[in-house]
Amino acid sequence: MTSAPGSTPGRSTTEVQPLPSDLLTINMGPAHPATHGTLRLQLQLDGETIVNCGAEIGYLHRGFEKQAENCQYQLVIPYAERLNYMGPVHNSNAWCHACEGLLGIEAPPRAQALRVITSELARIIDHAVCIGTNLVDMGALTNFWYMYNYREKIYDLMEELTGARMMVNYPRIGGVCLDAPDGWLESVVRVMADMQEVVAEVSGLVSRNRIFMDRTQGVGVISKEMAISHSVTGPCARAAGINWDLRKSQPYWGYDKLNFEVPVETAGDTYARTMVRFREMEESRKLVLQAITSIPGGAVMVTDHLVALPPKDKVYNTMEGLINHFKLIMHGIRPPRGEFYSATEGGNGELGYYIVSDGGPNAWRLRIRPPCFANYSVFPKIITGQLVADAVAALGSINIIAGELDR
Amino acid sequence: MGLETQVTSPFLATRMDEVINWGRKYSMWPMPFGTACCAIEFMGVVSSRFDISRFGAELVRFSPRQADLLLVMGTITQKQAPVLKQIYDQMPNPKWVLSMGACASTGGFYDNYTTVQGIDEIIPVDVYVAGCPPRPENVIGAVVKIMEKIDREKAADWR
Amino acid sequence: MMTEADVAAKVQERFGGRILAANAFRGQSVVTIAPKDLREVLLFLRDTLAFEWLIDVGGVDYLGYDDGPGKDEREWRFEVVYAMLSMANNVRFRVKVAVADESVTVPSVWDLWAIANWEEREVWDMYGIVFEHHPNLRRILCHDEFVGHALRKDYPITRRQKLSAPSENILCDRSEIA
Repeated sequence: MTSAPGSTPGRSTTEVQPLPSDLLTINMGPAHPATHGTLRLQLQLDGETIVNCGAEIGYLHRGFEKQAENCQYQLVIPYAERLNYMGPVHNSNAWCHACEGLLGIEAPPRAQALRVITSELARIIDHAVCIGTNLVDMGALTNFWYMYNYREKIYDLMEELTGARMMVNYPRIGGVCLDAPDGWLESVVRVMADMQEVVAEVSGLVSRNRIFMDRTQGVGVISKEMAISHSVTGPCARAAGINWDLRKSQPYWGYDKLNFEVPVETAGDTYARTMVRFREMEESRKLVLQAITSIPGGAVMVTDHLVALPPKDKVYNTMEGLINHFKLIMHGIRPPRGEFYSATEGGNGELGYYIVSDGGPNAWRLRIRPPCFANYSVFPKIITGQLVADAVAALGSINIIAGELDR
Repeated sequence: MGLETQVTSPFLATRMDEVINWGRKYSMWPMPFGTACCAIEFMGVVSSRFDISRFGAELVRFSPRQADLLLVMGTITQKQAPVLKQIYDQMPNPKWVLSMGACASTGGFYDNYTTVQGIDEIIPVDVYVAGCPPRPENVIGAVVKIMEKIDREKAADWR
Repeated sequence: MMTEADVAAKVQERFGGRILAANAFRGQSVVTIAPKDLREVLLFLRDTLAFEWLIDVGGVDYLGYDDGPGKDEREWRFEVVYAMLSMANNVRFRVKVAVADESVTVPSVWDLWAIANWEEREVWDMYGIVFEHHPNLRRILCHDEFVGHALRKDYPITRRQKLSAPSENILCDRSEIA
């Protein structure tokens, strides 16, 4: 076919009529590779543009809060760990911290330093997998292997410390269950030295990569106002220019004695969130190293016999020790009546525990303030008007963990 | 490989079941139905250190119609149960189910109003893996168990 | 430097007789108010005392708590807890709303803080407390065929309810994402 002079070759000279079209509703999830777990999105599409979106959660609602009302304070530790399973040990550290606040005690300085070390390791592996899987969704598989390999190294450290890879059940109310074995702190330093290489490799591959930048810049923008209205905290808020980190502003476990920066970006888009996570990994590395060099000596558990189990030789050889052990296991730790809210900076933002105590061995009410719940509530808003592929990229960068989203 | 020295005739006599099962067991296509913590450990199973591709089962398909091994990883809640059932029904025969971890196998320590107490209330299971979460070696061991099971099957039974 | 006690004093000063109870425990202060005063108190906190953040909303069921109805000063069964945060003053504060029983409704604050949309749905799902003027008050964590409210103290922990099929339409109201 030859075209008329002056017109675009291959185009019809008649006026282009828009095709008649309807809105198309599609489901993403709850079993979809890009939803990282059990989220369900329903998207209403005009072509490939999202015009309306519904997000349903609750597919992993495991009844944490009801379960926690029905078991003793110290038995909640393993449940708490399974909230954010990307960086498990931070949740249980925070839970024990909340119980200590309710009891009005404080863990010994060495235990606090060990909590800082384990929590920061948890943050590193959380961010590592978040960045890795987010890149997989955008088609960059290699980075996931690099990041996951590094995660395995931290699993090894955890295994050396506690005997378990992932769900370590390490802290206790009033401290931590075990001191670090000989040479463990040195191995942590060695693993931390490898981290820079991994982060440099991955960020070198993506941070100035044209494809990555085009896929992420201006995509899924959470503005500052949106973040405040939706109570978005953590890396997502810091990417939107909110300079707020509970480790800095309301310090616990001696974070005020450690020197670190709070990475802040202003764009609020997927790219900014990824960059904040890269920088946070680096800050966490610094924190771990500082905590190791300044770690104090001494016990890792309080000696209060109403909170801490007696040493095993006392249990086996003395009547008082045996009774004490029996009382704590059977009748539990009994905080005074009252209510207490304790917040720490989790991998995704403010992780809060609100405890109502009636003086018994179980919490009367335990309410989790999970960072993901708030962070995810903004999601339908930020992807409306964008493309389906953008929704996938944005979802990965918010790092939704179904365990703490649904509890 | 040195196999060429073994070839003395262009033909081989064997049973159909042997050939079919040999093909099936070394090329399983898993459909990961990951809901919770165990799915994170499964990432460990597929990544470089443990590397499930040594056992021919690394090509994860998120479409149930292209898979023959359903890996259920993590807690199944009442809200999730119909979805799991539907995915199982969508998988073509032959198919096998691996239940990974305490939650999928028994409900784990979530004994409450929302969790299903083991996926065998909904779908049949071939191998259960203990652990919360199981170690990657454990999962690989379970895959090998399914291979052994396939070895004992008769292809005609799946008709 | 403002403390929670200072905030409580300011709220007391402003709302005085309308405060049903004020407690302090381990340096944390909380006031309990009636549902009709909720929006006014939260707006006072937001606009006058710079509490820009509504961090959390959660319910509590005091059925059988040993100072429950008829025993002590608490004359209501439920409470809805609003945890506020002021970044400007680096201080937290909690406001509790007393809900006598499920016939009492609480005004929704989702137009002030968008997070309240989902949080209030969760409180309704778990406790059956109705929020007035909420755009889409349906279950969020439990499935649609669930009967009862799981976190109430009289709901047995192991009463399981099966779901027949996932819900078809979960699109939200356009106003929610505007």
